[in-house]
Amino acid sequence: MLLSLTDVTKTYRDGPREIRAVDRVSCALDAGEFVAVQGPSGCGKSTLLLMAGGLLTPDAGEVRVAGENPYAMPSEARARFRAERIGFVFQQFHLVPYLDVLGNVLAPAMAANVPEAESRARELIAHFGLADRIHHVPGKLSTGERQRTALARALLNHPKLLLADEPTGNLDRENAVAVLGYLRDFAEQGGGVLLVTHDPRAAEVADRTLEIRDGRLVAPQEVAIE
Amino acid sequence: MSVSRLIVSEIAHRKGSFFVALLSVAVAVGCLVGALTLLKADELETRRIVEAKEREVAQAVERKQREVEQAGASLEDAYRKITLGLGFNIYILPEKQDVREFRVGGRVTETMPEEYVTRLAESDIMTINHLLPMVLEKLEWPEIGEEVILIGTRGEVPAHERAAKKPLQEQVPPGTMIVGHGLHQKHGIDKGDAVKFQGREFTIHEVYPERQTADDFTVWIHLRDAQEMLGRENLINLIQALECNCATVDRLGEIRADIAKVLPGTQVEEMGDKALARAEARNRAQAEALAALEREQRNGDAEIAREKEGRAAVQNQREAFAAVLVPLVLIGAAAWIGFLALANVRQRASEIGILRAIGFRSAQILAIFLGKALLVGLLGAAIGYAAGFAIALFWGDPPGGAEAVFTLQWLLLAILVAPILSVIASWIPALMAARQDPAVVLQGE
Repeated sequence: MLLSLTDVTKTYRDGPREIRAVDRVSCALDAGEFVAVQGPSGCGKSTLLLMAGGLLTPDAGEVRVAGENPYAMPSEARARFRAERIGFVFQQFHLVPYLDVLGNVLAPAMAANVPEAESRARELIAHFGLADRIHHVPGKLSTGERQRTALARALLNHPKLLLADEPTGNLDRENAVAVLGYLRDFAEQGGGVLLVTHDPRAAEVADRTLEIRDGRLVAPQEVAIE
Repeated sequence: MSVSRLIVSEIAHRKGSFFVALLSVAVAVGCLVGALTLLKADELETRRIVEAKEREVAQAVERKQREVEQAGASLEDAYRKITLGLGFNIYILPEKQDVREFRVGGRVTETMPEEYVTRLAESDIMTINHLLPMVLEKLEWPEIGEEVILIGTRGEVPAHERAAKKPLQEQVPPGTMIVGHGLHQKHGIDKGDAVKFQGREFTIHEVYPERQTADDFTVWIHLRDAQEMLGRENLINLIQALECNCATVDRLGEIRADIAKVLPGTQVEEMGDKALARAEARNRAQAEALAALEREQRNGDAEIAREKEGRAAVQNQREAFAAVLVPLVLIGAAAWIGFLALANVRQRASEIGILRAIGFRSAQILAIFLGKALLVGLLGAAIGYAAGFAIALFWGDPPGGAEAVFTLQWLLLAILVAPILSVIASWIPALMAARQDPAVVLQGE
């Protein structure tokens, strides 16, 4: 099992009010599997993704990535664990504004202390069709190029798990399809993908789709790949 | 990919805030270096002025000395002529005294009543001053086996018709004795010693310095003591009259005539010969010259002291100003750098969040911010040092130029202190960045 979440719960406090964002959710993801999580805004999808990625400590329940519980690790070890095992893709891209495409793609190598990562970075850049934009900063890129740069960055350290939060939310149809295709490719090469999205096209490329409402999984659905 | 590349790229991206931070450090370092350099320039200028003044004084003294040497003879002659026209000293001897015996042997065997001196003092003679009655005898000092000249004197008798003058010669207190240098040297008689002279006890009141005359083997005691020792109660051998004044060329003739009116039959002899007068004139000239030289030196020294005092006051003022300004600027710059670092952290919250999300550790985030602070400090120190030094050179115009005021320690101090200051000022913002929770940032987005 690449990712398993067992009865994970997360409650936010807004003054006296408590908002249970994720309520005893359990799910699992195998290597080579592409799982999409869908649901309305504010249902707890992103919170679930952050907990799966070792970024947000659950109030209850257990998270395991590649057999290890990242929350049992000290903060610095968890950061390194993330750098080596997990790739992140976000709707807002979150590229470093002053680094060019190559610099942004190489950033995780610095986090994981991988000294010779440039050739891998260049391969990924070429793979995502960004070779002619390699020295452009994010401000000079189109939204599709930015998301492809974010994808290349997520894949640099050969992660086992890719967590994507609305990666197609800001993209046009053509770019959205391309991004979903890349995620699919990653899963087919043996990686695990957990995609949080509103995009109905995601169901078409995912192996499974999970529906979440008010912080709870509604019903697991098996979606066949056409 | 390295921390330095991240730092340099970020600086290139946000040139404005980097430039402002750099300027803060440069201003602080510039103020520090400028103040120190100006103070040093001031110190050098003070030294230069004082040295110039000292040279000037030395030259003036030397010039004065040459003038004195050149004018020595004429000055001496002039003194002799001046003293000729001014006061001279006389002896008034008893009527029957063999003048030849007095002149050749310095002996006075005859006596006259002591009351003569009172009569003279109470007379209206204006040509004589400073009257000293005395007894004089060459005799054996049996206790030490030495022949000495004994002089008994009671000091000056004030002249009644004239305003009181400062006595030229003080009296010897009764029971005490003044001895010449020869007696002191030969017999070890010293001030404060108790001695016996012909069975009478005396305390040594003073030892005169060497004169190389008969005075070196002379003993001075109080007139009464001498009269008792010699059995000459109310009698004296001679009267000395010092600094006598005469209006005419024949001064001795004039004074003899005056004294004959009061003390008929007494004899008047002038004290000292021409050689002695010349020696006195020479000594006096020399003393005057020395006094002039001393005066020149004293005036010069006073002028140098005044100059030093003035410069020191200015320097103290500047030091006090620098002591307030420099710390203020340093604190201000540190606060400003801290503020800029905080603003930078806030501005880069999203970037820090994503870096943390993709696995950057706290230490790496800390290194990014502190590395930048270090660079700001180093560059700011270099720019600040160069600017501060250049401005101080222009403003202070130190003697000896840049080389004279350049101090390696200050350069090292600036290069060392500025980065440390910058890092300390950025420490808290950097720590805030390093501790930022990536989930909060990503959820905020």
